[in-house]
Amino acid sequence: MTDTLNRETIVNISLAFLLLAAPMLALALDEPFYISLATKVAILSLAGVGLNLALGYGGMISFGHAAFFGVGGYVAGISAHHMFEGSDFLGLFAATDQLLLIWPMAIILCGGLAILIGLFSLRTTGVYFIMITLAFAQMIYYLGISIPTYGGEDGLPIYVRNQLPVVSSDDPLTFFLVCYALLMGGIFLSSRIIGSRFGAALQTARMNEVRLATVGIAPFPVKLTGFVLSAMITGLAGALFAELNGFVGPSMLSWHRSGEIMIFVILGGVGRLYGPLAGAALFILLEFFIGGFTDRWQFFLGLILLGVVLFAKGGLMGLIAGRARHD
Amino acid sequence: MTSAFVIEQILNGVQFGVMLFLMAAGLTLVFGVMGLINLAHGSLYMIGAFVCAWVSGWIGSFWIGLVAGLLAAAAVGALMEILVIRRLYQRDHLDQVLATFAMILIFSEGTRWLFGDQPLWLDIPQLLSGAVDLPFGVSYPLYRLAIILVGVALAIGLYMLITKTRLGMQIRAGESDREMIGALGINIATLYTVVFALGAALAGVAGSFVGALQSVQVGMGEPVLILAFVVIVIGGIGSIEGALVASVLVGLVDTLGRVFLPQFFALFMEPSAATSVGSALSSTSIYILMAIVLIWKPKGLFAAHD
Repeated sequence: MTDTLNRETIVNISLAFLLLAAPMLALALDEPFYISLATKVAILSLAGVGLNLALGYGGMISFGHAAFFGVGGYVAGISAHHMFEGSDFLGLFAATDQLLLIWPMAIILCGGLAILIGLFSLRTTGVYFIMITLAFAQMIYYLGISIPTYGGEDGLPIYVRNQLPVVSSDDPLTFFLVCYALLMGGIFLSSRIIGSRFGAALQTARMNEVRLATVGIAPFPVKLTGFVLSAMITGLAGALFAELNGFVGPSMLSWHRSGEIMIFVILGGVGRLYGPLAGAALFILLEFFIGGFTDRWQFFLGLILLGVVLFAKGGLMGLIAGRARHD
Repeated sequence: MTSAFVIEQILNGVQFGVMLFLMAAGLTLVFGVMGLINLAHGSLYMIGAFVCAWVSGWIGSFWIGLVAGLLAAAAVGALMEILVIRRLYQRDHLDQVLATFAMILIFSEGTRWLFGDQPLWLDIPQLLSGAVDLPFGVSYPLYRLAIILVGVALAIGLYMLITKTRLGMQIRAGESDREMIGALGINIATLYTVVFALGAALAGVAGSFVGALQSVQVGMGEPVLILAFVVIVIGGIGSIEGALVASVLVGLVDTLGRVFLPQFFALFMEPSAATSVGSALSSTSIYILMAIVLIWKPKGLFAAHD
């Protein structure tokens, strides 16, 4: 057991190091485009880290995390929009371009939204839970489309990236490092949550709710808390994603996005700390490199994904790092 | 707003619902019997539409195209079950999601490869073109009316198949206890392939019929897939009756919402705002419906079993 434990730790450290090294190498080779590719990997991994908390550890298969991803993005986009126009939000709040204010706003808003969605959705289980989370996400998607002030179907451009104190968020490498630090922070937070008494309860809720109830812990509040924490992390990732692209639109809220984040988690290995990073990195790299060779990249990407599911149980992490410690 | 207009819209809703039922029936059968989440069901619908459009264009007969679309979808379904799907029955739902998502990518790109990037067009067959006069001064396109009739006929046929025939008995037995029917000497592997191909054929028929109403293009399957999932969840997974009731319900709510909500809001809002609020709310209506049903009955309207 200690052997596989070590193997997973080695794989984790390598993954973290490789992602950090990639943009440095890109800078040395004078290929700045790869910095933004690495930033994309870091941000989408963070979104996956959020989902993994609900899906992997809590057993709540949410098909609606795009709602949180998108709402996080819209917080960044709407702030930038008002800042650019010099107007107030609903005529009440002064606009800000300070990321250190925008991020907590995105996180709190997504947390509140997740409480609302979770309260209703967690009454159901299994496929019904998958579909009811999708339903709520679709409602938010159409809400995003129907507000013309914030771009409606066309979305909202972020002309001037929001700012950080001291460092410049406009510099690609700095922005990558910020995203990377937040990703590592998200993974660290996840590991602390999983290792805590709450984490033990959350995982027990996945495996056997009756058993959890028998020891005197009500499953519902545990699952709801897990769901809300998960949404908050994914919401932060959404805010970063909007800044990276300089754009936020309904596509960030669409069910394709929910599916994509879910694919990262499953591909990397459900319930593995670094699984989302492994999954997002492989997916985005394959998409990019096969796309460079042929227009038919989706076909080959599909074949590779199919191969991973059929022949690597437990996703990529299961393949390289062996089975999860205990399940 | 005349009563003829309202009746016409109700018929449109039923027609949409009947098409959804053909999709949802296969999905719910496969989930009920094999416990499989098949995201690639929309691809079978797309394959049906493409083969139908292509064969009709080539031979010049919609009917031969329809049969070809049905057979192609069933054949691809059977092949898919034998090559990939049967390895997934014992797996986690999440593995099934990833594998069938991968198959969507393969089928979509494969279809684009075979048939080109341009959408295909399928003409309404001569026999069914034009409109018919119905009571209350309603004039309704014959083709859409035919879709309703064919859909209802297929629904009845499916119901008879499942309740009255030997195959149906095996399917129902497979839903309740797969090991037991294996022990009784039924070849489960073949049964599963047949059920999967049956679901695929229904999706192929739905695709072929819809192909004449809209353009036949890659990606046409996914929106319908999501709606079909909405339907089977509202109806209760594994329940054919539930799928029928829910698909007509979803068809009506969606169609009527799209037509009447913007008009409703126009009564007390300015026109442009009414259009945007109304259309957004009407797109959301089926999801609101699903959320209400699931909050009220967490296992759907016709919960078959746990």
